[in-house]
Amino acid sequence: MTLQVMTANRLGDGAVVYLDAEGRWSEHLAEAQVAADAETLNLLERRAEAAVRDREVVGAYLFRVDTADGTPRPIGQREIIRAAGPTVGTDLTPPALRI
Amino acid sequence: MYRYDEFDQAFVRQRVEEFREQVGRRLMGELSEDEFKPLRLMNGLYLQLHAYMLRVAIPYGTLSSTQLRKLAHIARTYDRGYGHFTTRQNIQFNWPKLADVPTILDELADVEMHAIQTSGNCIRNVTSDPYAGVAADEIEDPRVYAEIIRQWSTLHPEFSFLPRKFKVAITGSPHDRAAIKVHDIGLRMLRNEAGEPGFEVVVGGGQGRTPVVGHSIRAFLPKNDLLSYLEAILRVYNLLGRRDNLYKARIKILVNQTGVEEFTRLVEEEWQAIRQGWELELPDSEIQRISSYFARPNYGEAEPIDFGFVTAQRKNPEFARWARCNTFAHRQPGYTIAAISLKPEGGIPGDATAEQMEVVADLADQFGFGEIRVTHEQNLVLPDIRKADLLAVWQALDKAGLAVPNLGLITDMIACPGLDYCNLANARSIPVAQRIGQRFADRALVEELGPITLNISGCINACGHHHVANIGILGVDKKGKEFYQITLGGRADEAAAIGEIVGPAFSYEDVVDAVETIVTTYRGQRQAGEAFLDTYQRIGIQPFKEKLYGTR
Repeated sequence: MTLQVMTANRLGDGAVVYLDAEGRWSEHLAEAQVAADAETLNLLERRAEAAVRDREVVGAYLFRVDTADGTPRPIGQREIIRAAGPTVGTDLTPPALRI
Repeated sequence: MYRYDEFDQAFVRQRVEEFREQVGRRLMGELSEDEFKPLRLMNGLYLQLHAYMLRVAIPYGTLSSTQLRKLAHIARTYDRGYGHFTTRQNIQFNWPKLADVPTILDELADVEMHAIQTSGNCIRNVTSDPYAGVAADEIEDPRVYAEIIRQWSTLHPEFSFLPRKFKVAITGSPHDRAAIKVHDIGLRMLRNEAGEPGFEVVVGGGQGRTPVVGHSIRAFLPKNDLLSYLEAILRVYNLLGRRDNLYKARIKILVNQTGVEEFTRLVEEEWQAIRQGWELELPDSEIQRISSYFARPNYGEAEPIDFGFVTAQRKNPEFARWARCNTFAHRQPGYTIAAISLKPEGGIPGDATAEQMEVVADLADQFGFGEIRVTHEQNLVLPDIRKADLLAVWQALDKAGLAVPNLGLITDMIACPGLDYCNLANARSIPVAQRIGQRFADRALVEELGPITLNISGCINACGHHHVANIGILGVDKKGKEFYQITLGGRADEAAAIGEIVGPAFSYEDVVDAVETIVTTYRGQRQAGEAFLDTYQRIGIQPFKEKLYGTR
């Protein structure tokens, strides 16, 4: 069976979040619960549906991960970028304008 | 500039309060996401990969210094200190919180701005020539008509639920700087035999998965008939445009399926019916009233040739390069149009920090009658600069990292947000642009290469205008990996053309080398005085294929 993690965007700020083993939504993929069997998958789906209903998150879905090095890593580029943030660099302020 | 009247003020404030209530109901659980989504989209609020994104309309790309300062304030207070100028002459904020958005919209209303009709299947922000009103080659200021179209199309009840989104572009110059032929409707001002100004009407252009150069359906439309004719086109589209297939819903598909001749006949028939019924002719008095908002400033006396300007260029080669690359002919002697590139080497195309926006706003106040333009190439413009002040303007821009001398050159790239931000994207655009910018960091070389447009889209929706670039790059997904298809020979001006695919796509790692190979091939083949497109048209695609793929 493929390994999967439940993700969504938090309603308040749209941040990328992952469902952990306690049923909480974490901003860190490393803390996500990885579903390796149908029972866990089912649990993740039920918890996600409830969280969407409770206005905690929007757009929940499962995606595939690899856990070869002990922590969940996304397989596709889209989820890699969702997990790590934009790859464009962050400090746009030129040196002369930095405070 | 146009100023809101009481009606504009009232409806914008009303919409802010309506949306505040809708956000409140969403956060309280009275609205589900399915119910809320169309409401937030009507107010320009998207949910992207990492956060919400707010798209703010900048009508026909014209901003006052006060408005630009407000955008800087919003970037600093509610976002992460920057904004992203787009190919629709709008600005996007990438990180607002849902609960803050009504307050952001309220702040925008303070400076006569909003985010209405920046999303959804309606008539979007009308785009125009960024040099409107000041270009030396202009017949009339197209912003007068863009503003009239804005007023007509805003909250137009009949056209709020079209088959698909609808984009209108307008130019007042023979040289098209607004890419009008790749819009749903493109309007090009020209004079008839009697010397009266009017419009050529081009319909059914567009990019996306089915790129099409628009068809001219009327050679000359008198100005007073502008709204009735647009209404006729929109009615035919609204009635006959497909609603069963998202990918076949744009007017370009309808025009192609109906045939240009039959489509034109239907529009003319509808137009005659409109004209016989209720009055939709634009009165001269109304055209004059709107024109008065765009009256030319008092330029005063300026020497046609400023010898101080000439001397400054001689003494400072970097300033001279910037003046050569980034200034354009102004209709007023002694003045120039100064373009501010938002494409620094290795930077993010179209991004500006709050501090940079404030520098530009201050310069506009000090030297340029308080006005700024946004271009569809994702740059800014100070449209009214005295040549005598240009050195001071350049020095201030340079200090803010804004004096990049590359307008219309290979590093002046259009790039969509791509997979770094966008939910629709298949591949990244910005990092490819950053790497190309770094590869072509030699400013002398970039100038020597001459005019080259290079545009990058992260998916087939083509927000990065790759179809109409001399060198177009389209990001595609192949089994979870990013690949890039290259097209050559596209252009977005009055001779608009769709680029031709050069061959199989390149990997993320190889795409910058491929661009360099294309440039090297051009340099090896070009004859004296040729720009990239001239060489390409003379030698064709084959030499580029051979260099890129060998005998593969």
